[in-house]
Amino acid sequence: MTEWLERHTPKMVLAPSFVAILIFVYGFIFWTAWVSFTRSRLLPKYELKGTVQYERLMASPRWDTAMDNLFIFGTLFIVISMVLGLFLAILLDQKIRAEGALRTIYLYPMALSMIVTGTAWKWIMNPGLGIEATVRGWGFENFAFDWVVNPDRAIYAVVIAAVWQASGFVMALFLAGLRGVDEEIIKAAQVDGIPTWRIYSAIIIPSMAPIFLSAFIVLAHLAIKSFDLVIALTGGGPGYATDLPATYMYAMAFSRGDIGQAASSAMVMMGVVFAIVVPYLYSELRAKHD
Amino acid sequence: MTDFTQPHTQAGAPSAAKGINWTHLALRWLLFTLLGLFALFYLMPLFVMVTTSLKSLDEIRTGSLIALPREVTFDAWRTAWSGTCTGVQCEGLRPYFWNSVIMTVPAVILATMLGAMNGYVIAQWRFKGANLIFSLMLFGCFIPFQVVLLPMARMLGIMGLAGSIPGLIVVHVIYGIGFTTLFFRNYYVTIPAELTKAAKVDGAGFFRIFWSIFLPLSLPIVVVTVIWQFTNIWNDFLFGVSFSQAGTQPVTVALNNIVNSTTGVKEYNVDMAAAIIAALPTLLVYVVAGKYFIRGLTAGSVKG
Amino acid sequence: MAPILDIKNLYKNYGAVEILKDINVAIEPGDFLVLVGPSGCGKSTLLNCIAGLEPITSGTLSIGGQDMTHVSPKDRDIAMVFQSYALYPTMSVAKNITFGMKVRGVDAATQERKLKEVASQLQIEQLLHRRPGQLSGGQRQRVAMGRALVRDPKLFLFDEPLSNLDAKLRVEMRSEIKKLHQNLGATMVYVTHDQIEAMTLATKIVVLKGGVVQQIGTPAEIYNNPANLFVADFMGSPAMNLIPAKTRQNGSGTEVEISRGDGSAIVLKDSHSRDLPEDVILGLRPEDIAEAGFRAGQDVQQAQCMIEMVEPAGADTFVVSELGGKQVTARLHAETSARAGAMLDLAFDLGKVSYFAPGTGERLN
Repeated sequence: MTEWLERHTPKMVLAPSFVAILIFVYGFIFWTAWVSFTRSRLLPKYELKGTVQYERLMASPRWDTAMDNLFIFGTLFIVISMVLGLFLAILLDQKIRAEGALRTIYLYPMALSMIVTGTAWKWIMNPGLGIEATVRGWGFENFAFDWVVNPDRAIYAVVIAAVWQASGFVMALFLAGLRGVDEEIIKAAQVDGIPTWRIYSAIIIPSMAPIFLSAFIVLAHLAIKSFDLVIALTGGGPGYATDLPATYMYAMAFSRGDIGQAASSAMVMMGVVFAIVVPYLYSELRAKHD
Repeated sequence: MTDFTQPHTQAGAPSAAKGINWTHLALRWLLFTLLGLFALFYLMPLFVMVTTSLKSLDEIRTGSLIALPREVTFDAWRTAWSGTCTGVQCEGLRPYFWNSVIMTVPAVILATMLGAMNGYVIAQWRFKGANLIFSLMLFGCFIPFQVVLLPMARMLGIMGLAGSIPGLIVVHVIYGIGFTTLFFRNYYVTIPAELTKAAKVDGAGFFRIFWSIFLPLSLPIVVVTVIWQFTNIWNDFLFGVSFSQAGTQPVTVALNNIVNSTTGVKEYNVDMAAAIIAALPTLLVYVVAGKYFIRGLTAGSVKG
Repeated sequence: MAPILDIKNLYKNYGAVEILKDINVAIEPGDFLVLVGPSGCGKSTLLNCIAGLEPITSGTLSIGGQDMTHVSPKDRDIAMVFQSYALYPTMSVAKNITFGMKVRGVDAATQERKLKEVASQLQIEQLLHRRPGQLSGGQRQRVAMGRALVRDPKLFLFDEPLSNLDAKLRVEMRSEIKKLHQNLGATMVYVTHDQIEAMTLATKIVVLKGGVVQQIGTPAEIYNNPANLFVADFMGSPAMNLIPAKTRQNGSGTEVEISRGDGSAIVLKDSHSRDLPEDVILGLRPEDIAEAGFRAGQDVQQAQCMIEMVEPAGADTFVVSELGGKQVTARLHAETSARAGAMLDLAFDLGKVSYFAPGTGERLN
């Protein structure tokens, strides 16, 4: 008996977490998937009715806006954060004396809740009293910066706040990557008389491909899940102008009482996330197991 | 785990023999100017938040966004902490701040402990299927939580935990296990398997080996994990807003209610003070243990 | 005497891969058994099986006459020294050494006494309060040994314990382990890929390749009568010369014909009549080929060979000549007159010869 216990202790220790994950992740995904194929409204029904919820989703102009926004927001957020992050990392990699302090400054927004970020930027971009008013106060009477309240521009305001929050993190990733490049290769290039910018563009940056991938995955993941920032900054408005799939899902689940729509929109979100993350994780896990 | 080691040397100091290298000097100035401008960009919101929170409403309406307060007043802070209204109640952020504390502390401790044990098993006591279990846990880290929101709400109802802080603790622990397990697993995998073997030959069992050998080695990864969990759970909004009710909301939800409440006069100074209060614990952790915070971030993103 | 370690028909598989195949080894108390072979031959796996750290797929394993096949490591009465030493990094040297006793509930006074004994035996008294991180490689090695010694087990297991040390220290620790074995009269099982370690330490050697035992014997048996081409090539440095040759029976003896580099043949006469096929591989150790006039005996045969290379090595000088299409090394005395590019009379001691079948590699004599 003690022998048996001894041999199976590790499994028994892992079991509760495993069961929890099985139920609360995979079981719940299954539940949501199932419900997304029913006519559930205020209460879940379990009778399968085909793809009616997905058809409703596709027909909904609000969902249409949400997906468009996700595309605009995701693309801009990822591209700008990556470019800015890489640029900052390269600047910081030039033997700067104050590097530690600057790094701390660039990265601190990552420690904040997105609600805090949203609150701060909402105030800063507030047309009446924020940047617009300040610049006008300097004498530029025609200066306009009303993105937060302008339906055509509001999603870009979200991009600004999101980039402010996450680009420092990308900087940290890239800086670690730059420092991880084999010192000897760089010395060899210097001895060969290759100019610094060529060393970066031809040697260091190409060798950081895995870090670009990591940064991309994390940012894409953040973009798809981002919910708090929109809620705090624009509340999804004006109107539905800054709705994202995440806010759409939440609205359907908790204020509209439309469980079928909530479930099907969540499933679409998961589809998007997994289309990006699964190949990445798969290759990572495979590489590690060999 | 990533640390910032010494910078590369390609910047190259100007050689003394050539005298002053003007191009180099100009480039250095450009570099510092750029770095300084970016620092301003990142600091500006914090600066605006702090100065706004110290101004009176009158001064905010008449003055400039980026001006320092003419007269420093802590009224807004007092109101934010104990007087401002979130919906119908007007007790300030204080009760919600404590809600967050009593939600975050146990959730962090539980998730870290479970992660440590799981990581130890997966890294050092491999058995058939352990890798599959690890992969399943890892995929669990990446799901958009929207996909579990509806069934979780029902499950909490069934368990009698709907709208309660213990319910939120359960949620945070369950969806934190994946990451904490990943952290500890990646740390313990670097510890040679021979250590476990030696301890087995010495007669120690599963728990003894963990307690006497692995736990004393674990301080750095415990710090990283605790900071990661603390930041994530404290800053969470989605679970908080979905699974709480009046009275049990965490501070992020309360902050959002304050800021986006449409009744009464908009008190921007109170909003900013409240935002800073909500942000203080994680900012403090960041300032005190930034190194570990960064390690958690990079470890959480560079997988496997 | 009953064998202290007895392994019968041991098989070990990882999934479909057979790591160890039908291992049968038994040793007496006081033996020093060395498991030797190239990396991946299964020697460390076999040691882990003996320790109980790896379950075996089939077969039996007994220690001290008791069946231990399914017994966990802690109940096998063994101690083990690991390649990386596996010292517990957060414990002091003293705690490292006493951990096993503490786990087993040995009283504090006994722990203290045994710690003192072992520490003085290994001369590590002054290190007892340090952490492993503050020790040099050699000191860590001693602590790891101390952790094993203090347990006073039936069986000591060593998993390549010297491979992380530099060359000089390795030789020192080697002789120290040998002394320890002699002083304690303990039974040891030792894994190494270094055949010199195997030769110097062992009372019994098991040569493994691909999970199969190639030969079991004393160092002298293994060295002088290798069971096959693999063992012949693996044990000894420089390696045994393995020269393709043709044989024919000639009256009372055997004639061995070897082609030289220039195409001409030399014929050596072995006075023993042997039942050999025509094509064989002739095995002769470098020290069994000497300069003519420096080796005498019944089966010493001389032949002129073209010397292609001369390598003085201090005490000896090695010369290389092409024979049978192979680079053949001879070990000459230091003051030899051999010159590269010149002919030299070499004396082949066929009394020490081994014959192998070219196809199977098995020993023929």
